[in-house]
Amino acid sequence: MSEVPVRLSVNGRTHEVDVEPRLLLVHLLRDRLGLTGTHVGCDTTSCGACTVHLDGESVKSCTVLAVQADGCEVTTIEGLADGDALHPVQEAFWEDHGLQCGFCTPGMIMRAVDLLAHDPDPTEEEIRRGLEGNLCRCTGYHNIVRAVKDAARHPHAGRIPAPGVSADGAGAGRELAQEGLGA
Amino acid sequence: MTAIETPQADGRHVGRPLKRKEDPRLITGRATYVDDLNPVGTLWMAFVRSPEAHATITSIDASAALAREDVVAVYTAEDLDLAAPLPMAWAPPGIDLNVPEHWPLARGRVAHVGDPVAVVIGEDRYSVVDAAEDVIVEYEPLPVVTDPEEALRDEVLVHPDLPSNTVHEWSLGGGDLEAGFAEADVVIERRIVNHRTAGGAIEPRAVLAEERAGHLTVWSSTQIPHFLRLFLSIMLDLSEERVRVIAPEVGGGFGSKLQIYGEEILAAWAARKLGRPVKWCETRSEAMMVTHHGRDQIATVRVGAKRDGTVTAFHARILADLGAYMMLLTPMVPSLGAFVMSGCYRFPAVQTDIVGVMTHKFATDAIRGAGRPEATHMIEVALDQLAVELGLDPLEVRRRNFIPADAFPYETAIGITYDSGNYQGTLDKLLEHVDVEAFRAEQERLRAEGVHRGIGFCTYTEICGLAPSRAVGPSAFGLQGGGWESALVRVHLTGAVTVYTGTSPHGQGHETGFAQIVADRLGTDPQLVEVIHGDTSQGPNGLDTYGSRSLAVGGEAIARAADKVVARIRRFVAHKLEAAPEDIELRDGRWIVRGSPDKGFTLPEVAGLAYIPEDIPQDMEPGLEEVAFYDPGNFVFPFGAHAAIVDVDPETGKVTLVRYVAVDDCGPAINPLLIDGQVHGGIVHGVGQALYEQVVYDESGQLVTGTFVDYALPTAAELPSFETDRTETPSPVNSLGVKGVGEAGTIAASAAVANAVMDALRPLGVTYLDMPYTPMRVWNAIQEAAR
Ligand code: FES
Ligand code: FES
Repeated sequence: MSEVPVRLSVNGRTHEVDVEPRLLLVHLLRDRLGLTGTHVGCDTTSCGACTVHLDGESVKSCTVLAVQADGCEVTTIEGLADGDALHPVQEAFWEDHGLQCGFCTPGMIMRAVDLLAHDPDPTEEEIRRGLEGNLCRCTGYHNIVRAVKDAARHPHAGRIPAPGVSADGAGAGRELAQEGLGA
Repeated sequence: MTAIETPQADGRHVGRPLKRKEDPRLITGRATYVDDLNPVGTLWMAFVRSPEAHATITSIDASAALAREDVVAVYTAEDLDLAAPLPMAWAPPGIDLNVPEHWPLARGRVAHVGDPVAVVIGEDRYSVVDAAEDVIVEYEPLPVVTDPEEALRDEVLVHPDLPSNTVHEWSLGGGDLEAGFAEADVVIERRIVNHRTAGGAIEPRAVLAEERAGHLTVWSSTQIPHFLRLFLSIMLDLSEERVRVIAPEVGGGFGSKLQIYGEEILAAWAARKLGRPVKWCETRSEAMMVTHHGRDQIATVRVGAKRDGTVTAFHARILADLGAYMMLLTPMVPSLGAFVMSGCYRFPAVQTDIVGVMTHKFATDAIRGAGRPEATHMIEVALDQLAVELGLDPLEVRRRNFIPADAFPYETAIGITYDSGNYQGTLDKLLEHVDVEAFRAEQERLRAEGVHRGIGFCTYTEICGLAPSRAVGPSAFGLQGGGWESALVRVHLTGAVTVYTGTSPHGQGHETGFAQIVADRLGTDPQLVEVIHGDTSQGPNGLDTYGSRSLAVGGEAIARAADKVVARIRRFVAHKLEAAPEDIELRDGRWIVRGSPDKGFTLPEVAGLAYIPEDIPQDMEPGLEEVAFYDPGNFVFPFGAHAAIVDVDPETGKVTLVRYVAVDDCGPAINPLLIDGQVHGGIVHGVGQALYEQVVYDESGQLVTGTFVDYALPTAAELPSFETDRTETPSPVNSLGVKGVGEAGTIAASAAVANAVMDALRPLGVTYLDMPYTPMRVWNAIQEAAR
């Protein structure tokens, strides 16, 4: 099959690749760029394990062709933390035990960040409806919802990359971390 | 209500809600699942699967596929030179099982939709799928049977080369059933259908195999790497020490990856044949079709009782639809339910009679709870039906039959000994959270507004911690293996600790919980204890993860290995301090002579004594590591009380779960955070079955629910947050006092929801309805009752 050139930025790095027109964005990310944090859990756009951000909006990357991402900016789970500083949503998933097997988690976190970007102070019902397109078989969603609620207390939970660099963001991040029960 | 307060006694880590050591890699996308591995030169597999439920294969033409540039090989059953068929590991003494041969590729005839006919191997993930579509297979359709009751009549044979569709008959009972029914004031009988479900792990199955210099390495998304190594060795006729199986990060299992799948064997076989790594990643559509299903039982339950609700006899006759082939534990699963057919009650006579039958569907096997959710559903739904019949409060009926807290260890009518329990205690605790009287008033008020709200309870006990070998082994229950677990605890020279467990987690959090156990015993921090699992080349032999066994069996093995290391620590320190080993104790992170805290050694210092043994006696071994194997003396029996509250909209039939409260008792908590997580997920698995999920085949054997669009896993939007609480009744079986909790939520939830739905529907004239409570089914039942 003849290939077409695609130029896109992923987690701040520009890539120029030739791809089959039918190549899915998720497979470009995983198999060509080695970003395996984005997962595939279904073939009907149902599970959300493949969720990434495309020009700042969360999308299911199994339902986007790589060629459609030409000229776009993509953020994956690997691009969420700022160096060693976890993004507040990552931090909250850890604190609140919002994951078990972890397979849905990258997609769930990317979706939650987008949810908080659009609605910085969601109710439980809004969180639940906002996560409807992401399936988790392990957690029963209870702790995922809790994590999103807790992350919302951080002033920049909807922002990418992690806001820890700003003074208020870092302070809030520390506060969250200290409240955690863990070691 | 969140996790109960756990005292943080003297710097101990056991009992604390430590956040997970696993999570940093998982929340940053740095974990390694099978599909994340791509060794250079990897080939891809795709399957040609039968679209027919039953047919003779008349021809296979692979020439077009083979003509493709990037196709390396196409194989059919004729090409396979395996030394044995796929395994079924249950042979109950004295019972004849009628089991069809099952091969990774169909031999001349297919028996379910998705039965693999050929495998195509090529260079690329996408093009190998195209090539599979180029393989032309001709089928001669044969008659199909999908209904288990029809299959029993043997008019259509699932496998025409076998005499019957019936696989086996198996019974377990105790007490005088006839006398029990004779002395009953009332006898009720219900037909209770527990429909077919899917495991639904979000990571589909995946396997990658590679052979180098006669050594085979297989990475598989499996719960059972050690069993897979054994069966690879048998089926490929390869000496076991040359086979290494790695279960890297595994994205959920729920029993569906407690299996030896043909695709795993084929990947390994092809990798050896072609001399290149071979990989296969299941699509979700394949997973729905050919990753084993669960449940699918039709039970006829008879209960005899006195007018005051005291049960005198309980009889369950179960017809189990096992599907077309007997996989690893397929026919055994219903029997697991028979062990707890007494529930948490003093039933004087209990009998379970099981008939397993084949149909042209995919195999059923263990799915979260495996037999115990079905049994619990029967018992708890039947008790509610009995309560209505007698005009009694359903909780009163339960209380009247509870095994009292002072009766443990308690031998049930069938001769199983429950280790410990306090059923009244968990129910009392539940009722601290649920005010039934206030609920009834609210229910009345809402009904006037057209909202039909119902409450349902489930008080359960289950059997887990698989398993005492003498109880489950070949000459007893008939499993062709043992039930022990192993551990190795290694203290390094620096004092850092590596623990190897024979269990194989897939989301449970073993790395954290096990580290807590070891850290306390050795006097170190859990952050300095690394737990290694899921690699058969690392650590001692193991028996993997299923049946809520990892903590009660695997955790105890770790505790014992750690205790052996402690004994060594004592000897080194005693020698150095010129004291007796029995006088050495751990205090504030230092090993000291009892009563003399000024002189002592930290773990790194003890490691120095052990690994730089300049002045130990000749008869003392250097080093600081130990192995333990542990075979439990009994199963463990966790228990609890759950309540579900639902709203039913009579106009649409829609059922909404409004509130769910769970009180569980799995002994003393190692990490309450992990327990809550297991309970939450378990509840949703049961709620999903009760309200949304069902694997549906039509009469011709076509799978109707072939994707996540048709098979409705619950989403966050359908569910409330849960209220969980615990009581802690230690088990006398192991030194930690622990019981399993991975399946408990699922075992309890479907019955609690069913009883709640019935409670809501009763005023509308609906007295009994089977799951799943989909709008259509509920609406139809309401219309029917109104007629
Ligand atoms: S992989 Fe399931 S929605 Fe994309
Ligand atoms: S954590 Fe396993 S699927 Fe969500």
